[in-house]
Amino acid sequence: MIAPDWLREDRLPHIYCTGCGNGTVINCTLAAVEEMGWKRDETVFVSGIGCSSRAPGYILTDSLHTTHGRALAFATGVKMARPEFNVVVFTGDGDLAAIGGNHFIHACRRNVDMTVVCMNNHIYGMTGGQGSPTTPPGAISTTTPYGMSEPAFDLAELAVAAGANYVARWTSYHVKELTKAITAGMRTPGFAFIEARTQCPTNYGRHNKLRTVPAMIEHIRSHAMLIEKRDRLVREGRPVPEDIFTIGELVRRNRPAMGVRR
Amino acid sequence: MSRVEFMQGNAACAEGALAAGCRFFGGYPITPSTEIAEAMARRLPKAGGVFISMEDELASIAAVIGAAWTGVRAMTATSGPGFSLMMENIGYAAMTETPCVIVNVQRGGPSTGQPTRAAQGDMLQCRFGSHGDYSIIALTPNSVQETFDLTAKAFDLADRFRVPTFLMTDEIVGHMRERVTIPDAVDITRSSPLAEGSLPFEAGDDGIPGFAPFGSGRAVHVTGLTHDERGYPDTTDPAAHDRLVRRLVAKVESARRAIADYEVTNPDAGTVFVTYGPPSRTVEQVMRDYPDDAVGHLRLRVVWPFPEFALHEFPNAETYIVPELNMGQVVREVERHVDQPVVPLGKIGGELHTPAELVRALEAHR
Repeated sequence: MIAPDWLREDRLPHIYCTGCGNGTVINCTLAAVEEMGWKRDETVFVSGIGCSSRAPGYILTDSLHTTHGRALAFATGVKMARPEFNVVVFTGDGDLAAIGGNHFIHACRRNVDMTVVCMNNHIYGMTGGQGSPTTPPGAISTTTPYGMSEPAFDLAELAVAAGANYVARWTSYHVKELTKAITAGMRTPGFAFIEARTQCPTNYGRHNKLRTVPAMIEHIRSHAMLIEKRDRLVREGRPVPEDIFTIGELVRRNRPAMGVRR
Repeated sequence: MSRVEFMQGNAACAEGALAAGCRFFGGYPITPSTEIAEAMARRLPKAGGVFISMEDELASIAAVIGAAWTGVRAMTATSGPGFSLMMENIGYAAMTETPCVIVNVQRGGPSTGQPTRAAQGDMLQCRFGSHGDYSIIALTPNSVQETFDLTAKAFDLADRFRVPTFLMTDEIVGHMRERVTIPDAVDITRSSPLAEGSLPFEAGDDGIPGFAPFGSGRAVHVTGLTHDERGYPDTTDPAAHDRLVRRLVAKVESARRAIADYEVTNPDAGTVFVTYGPPSRTVEQVMRDYPDDAVGHLRLRVVWPFPEFALHEFPNAETYIVPELNMGQVVREVERHVDQPVVPLGKIGGELHTPAELVRALEAHR
């Protein structure tokens, strides 16, 4: 559990819906920050627009709640100007993969030293549940009433391909693993990307027969497969179910990074 | 000791920024502004600053705003298409009261238009281009020397008023080469610090909150949402929005006499040219070639906030003539502030008015 002195208690209650996974991810992130021993005055949270991006407003540090999709560009300015700051970005699938997609790949390429936590709930939650670039094929949303017809982005694989030094994917069910991954990302110099699959029972589950919070979390848990297990299935020539996604650490490497504390 | 150099306007812009202590530049190449980025790329690393070539202009202004919140003086430079891309985050800078400098070396538009030709077609976009109500400061040099001087001054104004401040230059001033005197040091006025016990967006009578850049230990939450004096979102209370946005506009508009910077020539004249930027050079040429006390000239170095009182420095004025490199933008401000006839003299295509064109206008309207 996180220490209360990292939270703006005068901002509560928060805006998140009942059963939202974002609080869990914020909790894991602050636990990682505590594990790192970071000071509040040297830590800056940055975000764009969307449910995920409201998170910095509840954290008692300097924080920049910016425009839709641009959080990584703002964060690049903060970190390059003052490398001594610890910079953490909260973002979501719409913010990062759609409107912010170009900034995402370039931030990975530059490998600017920051930690990016993406709450991927497969939907534009703030605007009421429209299809996003990570909405799974066939899923129902208010703008995909006959089922999503486009393929989805794999954000973690995208980050690996674009050059990030640390990439992992967990879920709001895997609290301990997610916290460890965020901590590992914070420890790794360069761009760290941690995707957290989160439940949005209100705007995603409701349209996809996952109306209750336990049903959504169970759906996420049962469709998450460790990278090692997937690799073993492939090695052994056994079928890999089509509807799973992988969890675990995709990459930890030491490419040259920018904005590392001198 | 100062030094005298012969350089182009864009180079002088970079020198002015460096002299003012600018230590962060985020940009994207675009004609005719690119020399500014090139100069900053060469000079900033040696001055202990950061140059970064961003992936587009949306990212450039975003990085500048992020850097500005760490307390560093930050700038970007662009031209028409890039300026259009920056508009959303310019509104963010206005809403969050982020001191930053944006240079627009104007070219012919709309769209890709005339990349290598001069225009003043972005003057209204600079004032009104982002959504919602806000106010900004815009400076308009007409020479290489003024490009140096006004770039440096832009940083002070941005800091003092906590507002995005624009250097609205153009391809002519940006690319022409002139003698420029570069002082060893320029005076620098930074933002007032946030006082102990004050809230981060709480302002005094001047409407300008003290500034606590990141790392000051004040845990400032910066948001583009309508916010209260604590910086906390308050998006549904009509009074909160009214109070914030009226203050954002008033802190600039109510200071327009302090911000104003203009030159008056022949105040007793009956026919008055009103100019900003390079068309003033043609007016000056005409006034040298045909000395006539009946012809006056008001040259604005600050267009926004518009100094309407300067128009009344000509008590005998019967006609105002406004040559500008667009189809008539700043002339609208003149029209709404005087009772006398106002003659728009817009010219597009990329060339300055010729002296003969101005003489013909004088003869037709005096």
